[in-house]
Amino acid sequence: MNRPGADAIAEFGWFWAHRWLILRRVVQVGILLLFMLTPLATAMIAKGDTRLPWASLKIVKGNLAYSLTLDTLPLTDPYVALQSLVSGHLPETLGIVGVLIVLVFYFLVGGRVYCSWVCPINIVTDLAAALRRRLNIKGSAQLHRSARFWMLAMTLILSALTGTVIWELLNPVSMMFRGLVFGIGAAWMVVLAVFLFDLFVMSRGWCSRLCPVGAFYSLIGHWSPLRISASKRAACNDCMDCFEICPEPQVIRPALKGEEKGLSPVILASACTNCGRCIDVCSKDVFKFGTRFARSASLPDAPNPTNPV
Amino acid sequence: MTTDPSENVYHPPRPRRRQFIADTVKMACGVGVFGLGLGLYSRQSQALPTLALRPPGAIAEDKFLGACIRCGLCVRDCPYDILFLATPESDVATGTPYFNARTGPCEMCVDNPIPCIAACPTGALDHALTDINLSKMGIAVIVDQETCLNFLGLRCDICYRVCPVIDEAITLELLPNTRTGRHALFLPTVHSEHCTGCGKCEKACILDEAAIKVLPIALAKGKIGEHYRLGWEEKRKAGHALINERSVVELPDRLPEGVVLENDPKDPRNRDRSLANDVAADSPPEFGSAIPNFVPSAPPGLGDPQQPQKGRP
Repeated sequence: MNRPGADAIAEFGWFWAHRWLILRRVVQVGILLLFMLTPLATAMIAKGDTRLPWASLKIVKGNLAYSLTLDTLPLTDPYVALQSLVSGHLPETLGIVGVLIVLVFYFLVGGRVYCSWVCPINIVTDLAAALRRRLNIKGSAQLHRSARFWMLAMTLILSALTGTVIWELLNPVSMMFRGLVFGIGAAWMVVLAVFLFDLFVMSRGWCSRLCPVGAFYSLIGHWSPLRISASKRAACNDCMDCFEICPEPQVIRPALKGEEKGLSPVILASACTNCGRCIDVCSKDVFKFGTRFARSASLPDAPNPTNPV
Repeated sequence: MTTDPSENVYHPPRPRRRQFIADTVKMACGVGVFGLGLGLYSRQSQALPTLALRPPGAIAEDKFLGACIRCGLCVRDCPYDILFLATPESDVATGTPYFNARTGPCEMCVDNPIPCIAACPTGALDHALTDINLSKMGIAVIVDQETCLNFLGLRCDICYRVCPVIDEAITLELLPNTRTGRHALFLPTVHSEHCTGCGKCEKACILDEAAIKVLPIALAKGKIGEHYRLGWEEKRKAGHALINERSVVELPDRLPEGVVLENDPKDPRNRDRSLANDVAADSPPEFGSAIPNFVPSAPPGLGDPQQPQKGRP
């Protein structure tokens, strides 16, 4: 079988067939670099380096749990804040404002945009998935995708019982990000463990089955307006590349193949991370970003000249 | 929509329900086992290692781990870069801020608000603390009198001199040096109500292993039983003795033969002296009040104990 996206590369060229992936990596790495710039600037100032205006390069302070941008914009991870809350502690005003901003933002763009556009572990697990395909590693431990919601519930209950922000003891997401910004210590082992787990033990195991952070953000984005739509689903040639590349392939079927059942072409499932890889790999240009309300325009019963049934 | 003929076939509900229950139990047990491990691990990580100190204003450790979201803003805003976020292999709970007094003590910023506290978005560092001198990061303790140079009769004094709350948090208490017979021991003495636990003394200690260390308050402090009352404190608070002191039975002082307890107003030989004349007959005299301008006995050179020494002794 061809690599997923081979047809799209042949059709549109490599760059166009990776446009959303490239953009996503630029955003992910860019966010990380912005955070890493602050300690670098501090170190350079301490050294007495004057080649760059280091002080003005301290743009973002903190990490994904909480950050302060340009000393004005607070952003708080609502999942961490919720664990802190159930453990019996109320944050300060800036922390609460940060929670609200983040909630509104991810509600608008899709909760799991956090997973595919911000989370550094996504790079690791995408790499594991790509390597799994390349090395043709078959066989995977089975675990239902609902396990992450059990994990989410477990972390909240445990936070309440132990009075600590429990998931931060183990969370590979914050360990990797915090490690890269504040010093990694042994956190690289946790990152490596996630990589090997996804590669050899369970296909798409961490992000799509176990991670409670993703589960939490998918809840924020349950009614998000920004969604991917299989707007030209009639053009689908069943090459299966989108299913092959998608970390949550179950979300595609109702949108892509639900025409006969009268289902919307919009991928409504909140597990979708809005990563845009299905758009990249489709040689028939079936998918595009749109809103969740786009349904009426492309429903089969609505006359649509571009989409003859 | 096509009708699936199988939809008309009767499915007894039980196997499906059974499957659901089985799946649920499986998931609950699996996640439960994982959660148990995580919970027990969290209990272990709740014990802050003795030598890791929290930033100023940190609330009680058990609450701190629920309040701190591990964002590192305090680390970033510390002007002296003494704070670190714990990495997973360390004994400090992963991601939480700490400093090590021996390698980098708190520099006690006089700013108001205190930079690290102002940066904290959750109040894990208590924003009510605005005077660094009131912070309680720990308490300095002379952990080893056998190696402390001052206890050996030398004049190191370094812990005393670097103390940001000099003469309040650490004082030098003088005792005769019985080894030489003619010198004084200048004993560094920590006063817990003034010590902030900044750790500058521990950092400065010139020994290979510091003889003065900042310990968590819970470890360093004793606690008097709730029912205990210190007689002299109660007397001071009430403004008078709480017992009728005249009804106290006088017991004879047992002294070696021929020895007179100097200044003892109870001693008839003292009472005969003219100096004791002003003692009111019906009120029991204060200790030492028989002599005007009496100073309770203190080794020469110690000064007036009523006024704590200021400056260098």
